Amino acid sequence: MSDGAKLLLIAFSMIFTENYVLVQFIAICPFLGVSKNFDSCIGMSGAVIFVMTLASAVTWVIYHFLLDPFGLTYLQTIVFILVIAALVQFVEIVLKKYIKPLYKALGIYLPLITTNCAVLAVTILNIDESYNFIEACVEGATAGVGFGLALILFCGVRKALERAKPPKCFEGLPITLVAAALTSMTFMGFTGIADNLFH
Amino acid sequence: MNPVLIAALVLGGVGLVCAVLLVVASKFMAVPVDERFPKIRECLPGANCGGCGYAGCDGYANALVDGSEESISKCTAGGAAVAEALAKVTGKVAEAVEPKVAYVHCLGTCDKTEKKAAYNGTKTCKASKILFGGEGACTFGCLGYGDCAAVCPQQAINVINGVAHVNGARCIACGQCVTVCPQKIVSLIPADAAVKVTCSSKDKGPVVMKACKAGCIGCGLCQRNCPAEAIKVEGFLATIDYDKCIGCGKCKEVCPRKCIL
Repeated sequence: MSDGAKLLLIAFSMIFTENYVLVQFIAICPFLGVSKNFDSCIGMSGAVIFVMTLASAVTWVIYHFLLDPFGLTYLQTIVFILVIAALVQFVEIVLKKYIKPLYKALGIYLPLITTNCAVLAVTILNIDESYNFIEACVEGATAGVGFGLALILFCGVRKALERAKPPKCFEGLPITLVAAALTSMTFMGFTGIADNLFH
Repeated sequence: MNPVLIAALVLGGVGLVCAVLLVVASKFMAVPVDERFPKIRECLPGANCGGCGYAGCDGYANALVDGSEESISKCTAGGAAVAEALAKVTGKVAEAVEPKVAYVHCLGTCDKTEKKAAYNGTKTCKASKILFGGEGACTFGCLGYGDCAAVCPQQAINVINGVAHVNGARCIACGQCVTVCPQKIVSLIPADAAVKVTCSSKDKGPVVMKACKAGCIGCGLCQRNCPAEAIKVEGFLATIDYDKCIGCGKCKEVCPRKCIL
């Protein structure tokens, strides 16, 4: 498989077949928490795409030039968490100083990402799949896009839920979880497409 | 070297590098925060109701700091107390803040008015209004689906018997209900208002008579009897000018429909 095709395969599987939220069930808390309104969905997805790409790049470098040579690969989880937390803080400071509009647009969602498990997941997956640097970055960005897609789709579902009248005992979070399960089942339909599409 | 030592050193090193990076970054790229901002922000109640016209208390405080907002009495939730506190911090003179409450100008409860159709659609005032101006016989009155109650940050509005009621004690006069009401029958009136018109119908007398037992028919008795010329009947509906009203209560007495309370 050529490099381009491999990148496309990564992108496609991260957005559809291996979607973090709807297929792998990672980052469910921001998924349920933020999907109430469309504007915050956009803000959150933007911030996640941004941070995931950066985190993928930085952790890849740290793993291959620091942890691997010292034989400390078992430290990857704690080091990655440390780096991601510091990175998010750093990015926030930089954005606040130099790119005020972006800082305002991402707003409160930027610091919230520190606790988004999808960011840690994407960095660890990069290492497990032994991707090279470019592939890692692409995976980071497209995993973020997949997260955003799931968030925005589910925001529409929740809008419809507001108008529906479920039985009393299902009102609120229960019916939201049921709806999330059904939305996730639609993504099962993509399973198997990616391999046949790019081979 | 001891593998535990290496692990500790590497982890500690990474942590140290991150820490140094953050410290340096926050020193060199610090954005100066105006020192007045926290002081002003502290004076505001933090209800984030938007009554001042800004997106939350932070927005108002920001506008006051950068000078784009002159008035320090915009906070309806805090009223005079907040304006005074702001006056101390900013050195500006507080204008008089008249405490206000929201009031729904309709008394057309289910027993006083009739329905012209059965409405089975989405249970919001906005949707109901789109379909032939609502289901009630009176097209001006409260639709009773509580769009105002849903938007109220203080849970001060209840829909009782088909008409929204504002609990004056809880109302902070943020004005969100005024904006959201599709009938435009909610307004902010002085909290100590002696009289208020309880109808919004601009229909002619006979039409109102048929549609609602509590409606203003625009007879003009109140206007003729008001000693302060504070009441005007326009389009078959009485309105009170609270700047002129002296609170004598004459209008209340003469109203044949009892729609001035």
